[in-house]
Order: sequence, then structure tokens, then C-alpha cells
Amino acid sequence: MPNTIEKIAKDYNDAYKKITGRVTICGGTGCIAGGSMKVYDAFQKELDKRKIGYCLNITKGCHENYISMSGCRGFCAAGPLVSVNDIFYTHVKPEDVPEIVEKTIMKGEVVDRLLFVDPNSHKHCKTTAEIPFYSKQERILLHDCGRINPEDINEYIAHGGYAQAKRAYTQMTDAEVCKEIMESGLRGRGGGGFPTGKKWDLTRIEKGPKKYVICNADEGDPGAFMDRSVMEGNPNAVLEGMMIAARAIGADEGYVYVRMEYPLAVQRMRTAIKQAEELGLLGKNIFGSGKDFDIHVMEGAGAFVCGEETALIASVEGKRGMPNVKPPFPSQKGLFGKPTVINNVETLATVAKIMEMGAKEFKKIGTLTSPGTKTFAVTGHIANTGLVEVPMGTTLRQVIDDVAGGTTNDDGTVNKAAFKAAQIGGPSGGCLTKEHLDLPLDFDSLKGAGAMVGSGGLVVMNDKTCMVNVARFFLEFTQRESCGKCVPCREGTEQMLTMLNDIVEGRATLKTLENLEDLAKAVQKASLCALGKTAPNPVLSTMKHFRDEYLAHVVEKRCPAGVCKALARFEIVADKCKGCGMCKRACPVQAITGEVGKPHHIDPKKCIKCGGCKSTCKFGAVITGA
Amino acid sequence: MENKEQGFVTIEGKRVPIQGEKNLLELIRKAGFNIVTFCYHPELAVYGACRLCLVEIEGMGILASCTVTPKDGMKVRVNSDEIRKLRRINLELLLSSGNHDCTLCSKSNNCKLQKLAKDMDVTEIRFKSKKLDSHKDATSPALVRDHSKCILCGNCVRICNEVQGIGAIDFAFRGFKSKIATAFNKELGESHECVSCGQCARVCPTGALMPNSSEIEEVFKAINNPNKKVAVHIAPAVRVGLGEIFGLPAGEPIDGKIATALRMLGFDYVYDTAFAADLTIVEEATEFLNRFKKGTNLPQLTSCCPAWVNYVEKFAPEFIPNLSTARSPMQMMGPILKADFEEKGGKREDLVVVAVMPCSAKKAEAKRGEFYVDGNPDTDYVVTTVGLARMIKEAGIDFVNLENEWFDMPFGTKTGAGVIFGASGGVMEAALRYAVAELDPENARSVKFSSLRESKVFKEKTVTIGDATIRVAVVSGLKNARKLLDDIKAGKSHYDFIEVMSCQGGCVAGAGQPQFEGWALRKTRAEGLYKEDTELAYKSQDNSGVQALYGRILDKIGGPVAHKLLHTHYKSKKYQD
Repeated sequence: MPNTIEKIAKDYNDAYKKITGRVTICGGTGCIAGGSMKVYDAFQKELDKRKIGYCLNITKGCHENYISMSGCRGFCAAGPLVSVNDIFYTHVKPEDVPEIVEKTIMKGEVVDRLLFVDPNSHKHCKTTAEIPFYSKQERILLHDCGRINPEDINEYIAHGGYAQAKRAYTQMTDAEVCKEIMESGLRGRGGGGFPTGKKWDLTRIEKGPKKYVICNADEGDPGAFMDRSVMEGNPNAVLEGMMIAARAIGADEGYVYVRMEYPLAVQRMRTAIKQAEELGLLGKNIFGSGKDFDIHVMEGAGAFVCGEETALIASVEGKRGMPNVKPPFPSQKGLFGKPTVINNVETLATVAKIMEMGAKEFKKIGTLTSPGTKTFAVTGHIANTGLVEVPMGTTLRQVIDDVAGGTTNDDGTVNKAAFKAAQIGGPSGGCLTKEHLDLPLDFDSLKGAGAMVGSGGLVVMNDKTCMVNVARFFLEFTQRESCGKCVPCREGTEQMLTMLNDIVEGRATLKTLENLEDLAKAVQKASLCALGKTAPNPVLSTMKHFRDEYLAHVVEKRCPAGVCKALARFEIVADKCKGCGMCKRACPVQAITGEVGKPHHIDPKKCIKCGGCKSTCKFGAVITGA
Repeated sequence: MENKEQGFVTIEGKRVPIQGEKNLLELIRKAGFNIVTFCYHPELAVYGACRLCLVEIEGMGILASCTVTPKDGMKVRVNSDEIRKLRRINLELLLSSGNHDCTLCSKSNNCKLQKLAKDMDVTEIRFKSKKLDSHKDATSPALVRDHSKCILCGNCVRICNEVQGIGAIDFAFRGFKSKIATAFNKELGESHECVSCGQCARVCPTGALMPNSSEIEEVFKAINNPNKKVAVHIAPAVRVGLGEIFGLPAGEPIDGKIATALRMLGFDYVYDTAFAADLTIVEEATEFLNRFKKGTNLPQLTSCCPAWVNYVEKFAPEFIPNLSTARSPMQMMGPILKADFEEKGGKREDLVVVAVMPCSAKKAEAKRGEFYVDGNPDTDYVVTTVGLARMIKEAGIDFVNLENEWFDMPFGTKTGAGVIFGASGGVMEAALRYAVAELDPENARSVKFSSLRESKVFKEKTVTIGDATIRVAVVSGLKNARKLLDDIKAGKSHYDFIEVMSCQGGCVAGAGQPQFEGWALRKTRAEGLYKEDTELAYKSQDNSGVQALYGRILDKIGGPVAHKLLHTHYKSKKYQD
């Protein structure tokens, strides 16, 4: 008989009290890519060298320093991240480790040069609480992400983990669990925003005995990594959410569908499942309730469309990942034809938190119709690329400027005024502009603005961005990821892409614009699944907000941002040109003329826009005119 | 019967009662709006991909009507401006993608894409042409695929999987690059799974999948070759299918007109495959009675359907001993005609035997190695029903106004038992007519077969003759056959004799027949055969031509000569065997 979770928590906390110090190295994918594994090794090496005691596993007893990896801490722009007790170090390299050991671990001193410096106040921030990136967030879901060891279930339990699952299995009825989540107003974080409790209740009332819970972890939006971070940072929270969902609907089997491009998330989910099984938290007769629940991890092959629930179900069944018509909804006829609840990672990871704080408390966070917090993966022209969590209803400006440090120029310098647009909700979402900066980010406000929360990808773009090209980029993605089942999406996105290519390459006419808009609207209305229905969003929203840019491309054959190469006009700035002749020699078509020592000139009729002159010029005299 | 409780749907202002329609599209069609769709097929699962049945439902928005369950009080617009616009864009998208040059397509006049484009008077396409490169896959003797004409409706994929239970083809690649492919994207001729049944071609709305018609040219050349004599024989189902192409009433047997047309085309000998069907019954029913008496290799499985034979060899080789070794009528006719020709002093290779079949698998059957003698095939060419219509049209023959002529003797004689081969249940009925008469000659016509004639995919009957009780089953559609085999293996089903046809409803619904949907036409065509049956002798042993043949060429039933000419063997072709 395995220990009860109360006993595990007590043992862990007792052991924790005995450690002399804790070193946590961020083991999120971003930090690992930045070399944090080497930092982890360097700590062990350095401590060995100095004969300072440490342990890597606390449950076996530890009276020394406890060194562990953590999941993603969100502040990816400043990684690799290391914390020694409360002290938070950024951009840590293996060669910094001896100094950290010597000063911080041995003497309790702070290594100033590794602290984060607030670009606004120029203050060195010793703890995360002093960093605006963290202090302006409200980390509920991500609270333990980056703090606990994701590969040690005991630490999760010690932080109160699985207590809510236990309560759901031993003290509540299925209907009560559904009611609690319904009352919390939790809405699906995967994009649609459907009330989670209602989804559960609809599945609960379906006939059993066989039902399934699926965790949709097929996060495929370019630039989005919320789900990955949660799975890497706190996999047990996802499992506990699935257990509670299983209790709510009466399921005895669950699947986590993760894309294979997330190997670390897959590994951590598998580790967590294995540990939970060993503790009897998963398997037969959990918490002595007489109920069983098993979870399998299924790796998807990386098709974006498999994020669509019916396509995902087909994929789990071993079929080609193509959406099916609804109804029947998965709640009626889902995986292997059985009633199935399918929730996104973030949704499931929120469930135990809601149970812990109670629906009433949860509702106090966020807005009336969109309670709770939402994570956003902020990327693009932004100071602090990373993962943030804010209450629903936080404005776009607060997220971009306060939390993420503001829009940046192409060279990385912060320039809040350079903000041009933000693509929210990935390729299915729409773009928000300056006029939306004070728009509250919640399901309904965004929908009203023609965008969507989506899964939470937020790509910030500065004024050097060509919005036509952005639309083309996102459409290229959805076109490539279309499954090919229904005509409007399969053929329509291809034709839309052709038209956008014509626009950015100077072949389009006003008729092209008219056809593009007609077609985009038709694809939106006529497609079978959400992929097709939302694929035109980037096109339609940029056409709406940046029509002048489209017209400049089509009528004047000009790209105002100077991005579209085919429309670029290479010019030599006479003041800067020294007449060295380098560009003239680089030009493959003899389009450049000029005498030595005098400003040169490019003949636009001969120029093939290869860019050779621009990259050759040492004086920055060759520019691409708009 | 109107079920008042189901209520009414208002379609374009017209109140239409719901009478158990499975989906809104069927109700809309019942209301008289014949919306052309590609991926909706009454015999297949709803797919919802072509988006041509989009409608506007008040309070629900724009939905594909094939996916909507009709509910009382629904208000539906079929031709609103919005819907018309979407339908046109959808159609233009389909026309922009691929090669849709109707004048150069054999499917012209019988193509749904062409019909819709005509109905909607599309004269201009606002999108750029794509995927014009045509790769024709003509590697299979049975079927030809042209991906550039494929609109990816998926009907072929679904019938192969849902109805035939094979899954030889499926979607491959993503999005715009999607195409229908065999496993490992092999050519169809190299597909291990395909059994050549051609049901995929029967449900293809365009010219992307069609029976291979390359042999027509060879037939014309043989006819015009002064050194060759050309014999032709037509399968039972052809006579109740061909007329539809010329606007004649469906199901009306038109043997006379066909015989006339074949002579006008220049065939030297015009015969009836039903003659060979009688021969098949004599051999196969005798084989059955022998097995039945000994109690070995039961249940006996019929072997006249070539796609079924392919299926057994590829997917159920453990049942090979159960297959009748009797050849199919087509493959009995060939060697008999050639042996007869030789007996009369001709050289085997100077007689060209052409079979007109309702089937694509027959084309592959004729090419099986067992059916060649010194490099010369027993059946030289197989032309489908639709292929024969093409020959008649090309020759300028005014088919509708032809006089009736008759088949040549002796291989034009037949009994009703041979004619009903074309319908599911017909082979079994013919075999039982033979067996009953052999076991109890006094009461040869005592057994009634109405249960075997029903429009069902599974039928069974128990016949008691004296102290013998024979349990028979009739199954059509390969998935249904698979289930029956599984039940037999599991000991859940017990039969002595089973007729299997790959196509649901039998040969009248073969891939070589004029294209159709649903069961009504299957029934009409089958009724045509049963009608002709009433005008002919009852049982195969009464075929005078067959009787004479045993005296002249074949010696005794099941004897060594009969075995050489009329029987065959099978081998396992199971994957990795």
C-alpha cells in the first residue's frame, strides 16, 4: 500500500526543512537551448571540486544543497536562468558557476553582474519580485512552474498537489465536480472559449460505461509555447486536471496527445505518469474510491490540424488526422465512438487550482464573462520574449509595455512608439493595432475586434513590418497545414496564397484584391472545420486595418515597409556614397554606374533586386526605398 | 408513410414533412431541389467535404445540409444570395484545380462536375489554373486513375473501406497536395490490396477513376484483321444495363438489339455468356454435390466473381480449399470456343475471344497466368457494358431503332438459370435448381427462391430434399463477405454453400455498368433478368448446347477434359506469405 499523499507531503516538507540551500536551474526548452544543462553539470562539478555537499533528490534525505532543474520560468529572453534560494540570476553560463558557488552558495553574497537590470529604472533586481516582468503578472497557473522540480511528483504533492483530485474522488459526486467547474465560469483555453464545466456535464450525462478524457497538447501555432511550458514545468498539474475531469464525466482512460516536436514535454509527462502510477494515484481503485483511471501519452506527428478535436480523435484512433463533421460532438461520440471530453493543457492545469481556491474566488479574477488568468507566449519585436500569465481583461498595452518590456526596433532597442500591430491567436487569429492597445484581452472583447484569444500566441510587430507579408506568412502556414478534406480550405487557401504572392511580387491588380476578399470570406464561411474557418483571419484583419498597405503594393507597386523584395527599390544615398565602386563590381547586371570617388547611381530598370550592392556597401549608402 | 410527429421543415418557403430522412440534404432533394453534390453518396457515410450542399438555416447559420438532422420548424434557404455565391466560388475552386477539359474526357456527359458547371453556366473562372499536370495511372488492367480529374470527394476511399472493407486507397499528403493513393503511393497495378472490383470507379463523380478501356482499340483492330475470326459473348447483366445509356427503359432485357449491334460492329460470332453460366452450374453444382456427400471443404464458396477470388487469395487464403475450382462463365467460354475452333480445323490464335462484361475485375481475370495456353489467352479482350456502348456510338449505329436478331448457335443457347447469374442470389438459385433436380428429379421445381431474390446484402435459405438438408447463404459486398468468413471461422455460422459477389447486389451493380446510385436501379436491373428467366428453360442441365458439348468435346461432367478446360486452381497471395 503506497503512502497517502498527506504522508508524502509531510515527509517531503520535513526533508525540505533540512536542506541548506536550493539551486534551481531552468530546464525549459528555451533555457536548455541556451545551455542550461551545461550550467546544471557545472554546478555539480564545481561543488564536487570544492567538496561542498549537495544532493539531486530530496526524498532520499538531504542535509545539504539541493540542486534541481525546473520547468520553464517564462523569462526566456534572459535565459539560462538560475536561482539560488531567492536570488535570481539571468544569462548564466557554465563559466559563471564557480563565482556563484563561491560568492552566493558559500558566502551568501550576490553576484551583481548576473542580476537582471531593469532597463527603465536601471535597478539591479535581486529577486523575481523586483522584476516588472514577474511583478506585473498574476501567476496562478504558472505559480509552481519554474519553482518546483517537474520530475519529482513528491514536490508537487508537497505543494498541495493531488489533494483536489482526492477530494473529487472521495468526497464529491460527479455532478458536484461539474457544478464546481461550471460555477467557476472557466472557459476552454485552447481557443474556442467553450465553458469547460458545461462540456464536462454534457459528457457526464452520456451513457457509459466507457468514456475518455483527452488532453489536447497539440500546440501548433507558430510562436506559441504555453502548453509546452506547462507540461515541462508542472506536468502533474495537467494529470491532476485530467483525473478530476475523469471523475466528473466517469471516464477510466485518458490520452495526452502531444506533438512529437515537444520531446521534453513528452518525457516529463511520461515521467509524471509513471511516478503517479507508482504512488497509486493512477491505475486501479484510486484513493480507494473503487474507480480506475489510466493515462497514455500519444505523440502526434506534428499536423496543425490535429489540434482540431475531431481530427485529433481520428489521429489517436490511428486514422489520418482529418476533421469530421459535428454533430455528433465528442461529448456524444468521441474517441472510438465513446463519449469523450477533450480539453486543452492550460484548461486542465487550471482545474485543480479552481478546486483549491473555490469557484467563487476564481471568479474574482479576470472579467465577468472570462474569469481567471490566461497565459500568453509573447514573441516578435518585444523586449522580453517569454511566457506571461495575466488576468483575463488585462489590456494589450499592459501586456506589451508593462510585462513584456515594450516593443523593440529591429536592432532590439526598446521603442514603445514603434508598435505597429500584434497578431493574437496565431495563424487563426487576427491582428490588433494601435487602436486596440487598450482593449481588454478576453474572449468576448477580442471576438468583437475580429480577433481571438486562440491558444495565446502573441506576436508583436514594429513599424518596420509589412502587414501584407505578415498575412502571407500566416496564410502560408495554414495553407500548408490544411488537411485537404474540404474544398474551400484545400483549394481556397492555395488560391488566396497565390493572390497574396501576386500582391507582394507586384503582379496584382485591384481585381485581385476584390477576388481575395471575396474568396477569404467564402473560405471563412464555407470551410468544414475551424482551421479553414479561421485561416482567412490574418488576411481579412490586415485588409481591414492596413488597406493602404495593400493598395500601395497593388497600385503603386511599392512596399511601404520596404520588406517585399520584389517591390524594393534600391537606391544609393549620395551623401553617404564614397564612390569606392564596390557595389558596381558586385552588381551582376551592370545596373550601377558612377565614377570613382563620386556618388554612384542605380538604374531601377536594370536592377534585379538581388541586394548584392546593399550587402557589399561598407558605408550604408545603399538603401531600399519604400 | 408520413410520420406527423416528425414535423415540417420550411425549404425556400415550402413546407416539407420530415419522413425519417437521415439528413437535411435528402429532405431538400425530396422537396424538389436537386442540389448537385460530390461527396454525398447515399450508400456511404456522410463526409461533409465538398461543401456544395451548404444551406442557410435560420438561427443556425451556414451549414452543410448533408450533416444536419432535419428538425421540426427549421427554416432553410437553399438559394439565398450568400449560398449562391459560396456555391459558385466552391465550384470555381474545383474547376481551377486540375484538368477539366470535357471534350477530352471519357466521362463527359456523365460527369457531375460537368453537369454542375453547365447548370450554373460557369463561363469564367476567377482563379488561376493549378495542378494541370496529368499523370494517368493505367498500370491496372481493371482501372485507370487520372489524378488531374480528381476532386478529392473521397467516395472511392469510403466505398473501398466502408463497403468492401479493404482500404486499398486512402488520402495521402496534406492540404493542396492531397491525393488519393495506394499504400506507399504505388501505382494501382502494383497495389497489393486492390482486388479490381472497381466499386471506386462506380462512385467517382468525375473521370478520375474509370474502368480501363484501352482494349476497345484492340477489339476494333481484331475485327478489321482479315486473318482473324472474332467471337464475342455478353454477360447476363449487360443486357439489362446497356439500354440505359441509349435512353431505353432501365431493366428491359435487350438481347436482340445487342446481338444485332454486335454483328453490325463486325463480330463473326455472337454468343451469350449465359451459355457458359449453365456450363459453370453443371460443373460447380456437381462439385458441390460431391463435396456435400463427402462432407469435405464445406462450405463451398462460389468462384465466378473474380474480385472475390482475388480477395480470398489476398486476404483469406485459408478459405482457398473452399473455393469452387470451377472457372467463371467467362473463363469457361474462352477455352470452349477456342477448342471448338480448333476442332473445326482452325488455329487457336486465329480466334479472338471478346467478352462484354459489367465488370472491371473481369479484365484482370482474363490476364491471370492460369488462363493462357502457350502465350495465348483464353479470353483475348474484355470490354465493359459502357465500353460496348462507346463502340456502338463510335460506329454510328442507331441502337435505339435496331431490329432484334438472335445469338449464334450453339453457344448462344441458354437457360433462365444462366441468365440470373447477373443478380446477387442468381448463381445460388441456379445451382440449387440443378441440385434439386439431381437429388429429386420428380420435384425439380418444388423449391421457391423468393428469399434469395430480395434486395439484401445477406440472404440465407435452407433447402430440404429428401433426407438432405442444404444450408446456403448469399452475400454481396466484400466487407459483408469478410464478416461471414469470420463468423464461420468462429463457429458462429454454418453453411454448406455460399455465393459471394463483390459488388453489393451482384453483377448488375458492377463497375462496368452505367453509373448509378442507390438500390432502386439494382432492383430494376435484376428484375429484368428474372423476367427473361421466365421465358427460358428452368435449369442448366436442360441447355441443349451444353448437353451436346459434353458429348462432343468435354466427355463427362467433372472428367479430365472438363477439368482441363473448365476448372482452375488458386494460390495464396497474402502479404508477406
